Amino acid sequence: MTDLFESATQPVEAALTVAELDRRCRRLLEGEVGPVWVQGEVSGLKTYQSGHWYFTLKDADAQIRCVMWRANAAKVGPAPVDGTPVFLFGTPTVWEERGEFRLTVTRLLAQAGIGAKQLELERTRKALEKDGLFDPARKRALPSFVRTIAVVTSLDGAALHDIVTVARRRWPAIRVIVFGTKVQGSEAEAEVVAALGRVGRVPGIDVCIVGRGGGAREDLEVFNREPVCRALARVAVPTVSAVGHETDISLTDLIADARAATPSAAAELVVPDREAWWRRTQDLATRLAGSLTQRGRLAHERLARSGDRLDAALRDLLRERGQRLERLAAQLDALSPLKVLGRGYAVATTAQGRVLMTVQALPPGAAFTLRVSDGSVNARVEPT
Amino acid sequence: MPKKAATTERPTDAPNLQEELRRLEEIVRTLEGSDLDLDRAIALFEEGVGRLRAAREQLAAVETRVQKVLEDATGELRLVDLD
Repeated sequence: MTDLFESATQPVEAALTVAELDRRCRRLLEGEVGPVWVQGEVSGLKTYQSGHWYFTLKDADAQIRCVMWRANAAKVGPAPVDGTPVFLFGTPTVWEERGEFRLTVTRLLAQAGIGAKQLELERTRKALEKDGLFDPARKRALPSFVRTIAVVTSLDGAALHDIVTVARRRWPAIRVIVFGTKVQGSEAEAEVVAALGRVGRVPGIDVCIVGRGGGAREDLEVFNREPVCRALARVAVPTVSAVGHETDISLTDLIADARAATPSAAAELVVPDREAWWRRTQDLATRLAGSLTQRGRLAHERLARSGDRLDAALRDLLRERGQRLERLAAQLDALSPLKVLGRGYAVATTAQGRVLMTVQALPPGAAFTLRVSDGSVNARVEPT
Repeated sequence: MPKKAATTERPTDAPNLQEELRRLEEIVRTLEGSDLDLDRAIALFEEGVGRLRAAREQLAAVETRVQKVLEDATGELRLVDLD
């Protein structure tokens, strides 16, 4: 009866494990069928705490189990009710752990909802593309040192607050000029266009951030409008689009010189980091002082060497120069951080030497190094 | 209709920190490098100290300014402090 266990191509000794079989089926499905559009009606949709959606897609003759992961489900808006006709884009697969066949859905479009809006977006995209506004060659580099930023957003939104908070932390002396505008509703388009037009009329702006905090897809629509995109393209200074969504993109993201996932991220991107600039300055101060020491020695040697070959007048001149050098040395010395330590101040740093400048950087219990005039000690903030 | 520019001037036209440090870097490199005439070295050093001082002043500034732009009936833009 051994025939029962033998196939023409595979001896029984080569039997697959269940996992191997499932994996082979999964690869076959994903590879051969691949990502597809499919249409049907949603049935029995369940949402979980995790944000993932589980449902069945049905038509009169058949059905398939579907899963939509949180990141994709979040872009859809409210979950569709039973019986909603939809288009799904997804990849058929096998869930190996359970041996279940299902569709991993990445996009869900309610059939009634498509039409006007999708078509309009597609038309706008084509028009902008035709005019070369998505051309990477158009993109300007963001300035490496920014003192004044323009922000085109709502005066009451979280976006402005987030940008100011981040900007102030990175560079306390930042200047933020807000071009207040509605960012949703029927007047938003005209207001954003007008605000973008004003940016060029205020002198001294280094970079312009346009955007808003997160919202439902329909709340972000203004950032897909053609007049807004064209107005953004006309802004004379480099621009950053920061429309609060993590995964999707707006047309303004494609037009701006840079895009950020959130308004906070935009501020991180454009505002200089004071600490980095402080370190660079200190490094140059050290090198400047070092160069002086070297020059002073050279000057001294030259003075000694010249000896009686120089007449008195020239020697006086050189001596006067030497004294000037000494005065300058003293001046630089007074600027030196070590000199400050000599007057009784101390500097708190991390073990790696990063200077701790704020209360925030020194939470209760934190260990740090305290540098004083003649060395360093280890210290710890008292727990409260 | 010709639009008027905002009347508020830029707070300072002094070189920004980036410019100060770029020049300072140049000075330091020159001082570290070639065998300079002493007068020239002193002049450069003096300039370097000035730039360093200006740079540190900029780094020490802490006042954030947040302003909003208003457009009046004549189309003129004004900046108003926002708190």
